[in-house]
Amino acid sequence: MRLIKKIGDWFDLRLQLSTPIRETAEHSVPRETASWFYVFGSAALTCFMLQIVTGILLALIYVPSAGEAWNSLQTLNHGVSLGWFIRALHGWGSNFMVAIVLIHMVQVFLFGAYKFPRELTWIVGVLLLLVTLGMAFTGQVLRFDQDAYWGLGIGASIASRVPVIGPWAVSLMLGGPIIAGATLSRFFALHVFVVPGLLIAFVGVHLLMVLKLGINEWPMPGRIVRRATYLQEYRELTHKQGVPFVPEAVWKDILFSGFILIAIAVCAVHFGPFGPSGQPDPTIIQTAPRPDFFFLWLYALLSFLPPSAETPILLIGPAIGILILLALPFVAGEGEKSWKRRPIAVLTILLVAVGLGTLTHLAEHTPWSPVMDAWSSQPIPSEFLNGRTALERHGALVFQAKQCHNCHSLDDKGGQRGPALDSVALRLTEDQLIRQVIQGGGNMPAYGKNLSPAETTALVAFLETLHPANQKPARNASQAVALGASEVSPR
Amino acid sequence: MSTENGISRRAALVKLGMFLNGIVGAALAVPIVRYLLSPVIREKKFGYESWLSLGGLEQFPSGQTRLATYKNPVVNAWDGATGDIACWVRNVDDQKFQVFAINCAHLGCPVRWFPQSNLFMCPCHGGAYYQDGSRASGPPERGLFQYSYKIENGKLLIKAGEMPTPGQPVADKAGGKTRCA
Repeated sequence: MRLIKKIGDWFDLRLQLSTPIRETAEHSVPRETASWFYVFGSAALTCFMLQIVTGILLALIYVPSAGEAWNSLQTLNHGVSLGWFIRALHGWGSNFMVAIVLIHMVQVFLFGAYKFPRELTWIVGVLLLLVTLGMAFTGQVLRFDQDAYWGLGIGASIASRVPVIGPWAVSLMLGGPIIAGATLSRFFALHVFVVPGLLIAFVGVHLLMVLKLGINEWPMPGRIVRRATYLQEYRELTHKQGVPFVPEAVWKDILFSGFILIAIAVCAVHFGPFGPSGQPDPTIIQTAPRPDFFFLWLYALLSFLPPSAETPILLIGPAIGILILLALPFVAGEGEKSWKRRPIAVLTILLVAVGLGTLTHLAEHTPWSPVMDAWSSQPIPSEFLNGRTALERHGALVFQAKQCHNCHSLDDKGGQRGPALDSVALRLTEDQLIRQVIQGGGNMPAYGKNLSPAETTALVAFLETLHPANQKPARNASQAVALGASEVSPR
Repeated sequence: MSTENGISRRAALVKLGMFLNGIVGAALAVPIVRYLLSPVIREKKFGYESWLSLGGLEQFPSGQTRLATYKNPVVNAWDGATGDIACWVRNVDDQKFQVFAINCAHLGCPVRWFPQSNLFMCPCHGGAYYQDGSRASGPPERGLFQYSYKIENGKLLIKAGEMPTPGQPVADKAGGKTRCA
């Protein structure tokens, strides 16, 4: 014991760090902030440290070369002892980090922590969110598989839409004319040097400000933030009812961080590493690329925006979103902190959460995409074929052979790009069906050139049978009157 | 020498030092920026595109659309399979051809050809195109990108080398025809 103290003293005489460290650890924080609501920032930092460690471990094996990256990932998964586990930790650590950063952001927003004098802490926090998402995207590229390859294509297509400098932006992003070795190399440099460097710098500034300005006090309804009086009020709060950060508050941070690390490890063991999916060979086109979880909402949004609005929304939308976040502390730098008195803040969070959640959910089912193999792998259920005439069954064959099933479902099987056809005969008359098949419209291609008259007749005959047994198909009443006047029985 | 003069002299030397470093920094910034912009400079100087053979015409039967692949003209040894690019070749009537980029005109995903329904379909966001490459439905704003082509000694040649994107479609740059629905 004595020896340890001696060695410690020897170092401290030279480093002179023990006093500032003790002062930092024991600095006074408002009593109520020793709360489970205040653990997310430190948990995000813990995730980041896990990412640094596992990232360095992966870099021992990983080869940032377009020709070799995929093979080195296979080696990590199968050839190196527990390589799969390190990959899984890094992948799940990334998901947890993004999630915790978002939760942390929601918490400090609802607790009004961005108000005076912590405006800059919030702004640096917004930058931290952006670089964290930047890490997630560049990391997804380093898992150089089919999804990464075509994801880069999507990124390049978006970049190319920037007015005037679009094509240059694409060349700069790809490092050349196509997605290739230079592209992977620059994303490696971004993921391993540039973005983590920014992240470390921003985390340092963020933490420094939390220490200098003090942690945001627990918001009480009616305790209004005013620039003139806040600093004095906060000083009284910390000095009169304050508690030392260590050990009064820190034990919750440590426990929660430990819990998060356990959760990441459990996910890593149970679910394993992410991919890699197929080889990044652009001549293999039987692929349906999808982004990682935290970009799924964007993937969904891109399929729902009307074509004319897409480019402006894609380019201006993110800029507006970031500007709103950056402007928030200047617009609402004073006033109520408690979420109980800030209904618009609560509604905003709910709206954003429901919006992102819905888009993510949709992106997991991709109802807007044709099911590329439905025509050959998903047969028409037999109840749609029993007791049908030869012509109608031939129509069912046309329905399959012409890939109608890729976009239209029967009994929930097949694509959802177009409407389900289980009861289409109730909605459209025979003439309307013929018109829709031949001319298309309403987002359906026209099949006029691709169907012979006989095929069209058979297909429409089949579609005419698609209605519940107890409901009659739609018919054009006026047409019956006009054409078949003689057959209509007089009243 | 008065103290006042001494201070001002040292302040002047500090300024001189900063000025010198500023000049050196600016001088170093030029090659650094040029290095970073090399993909753009190269594109403007030499271009990335050249005429490439997709192989003999016999591979592309009349009236059909077939997948073809080519090696990108600008590649590095470590590019691996990423240097191999696919495209769709449509032989209209043995005289006229159409060569479509594999990339959807929406966001660049690989479109697939369905000969039964004569449609190109995209797996990402549901874009669809007719056999002549014109837009049929979905989010794309235009038809498929087309490469310029020529036929020499019984071989089909296309002008390619750069990934087509909505902001820089190959055909538009090469002066080829673009078909839009």
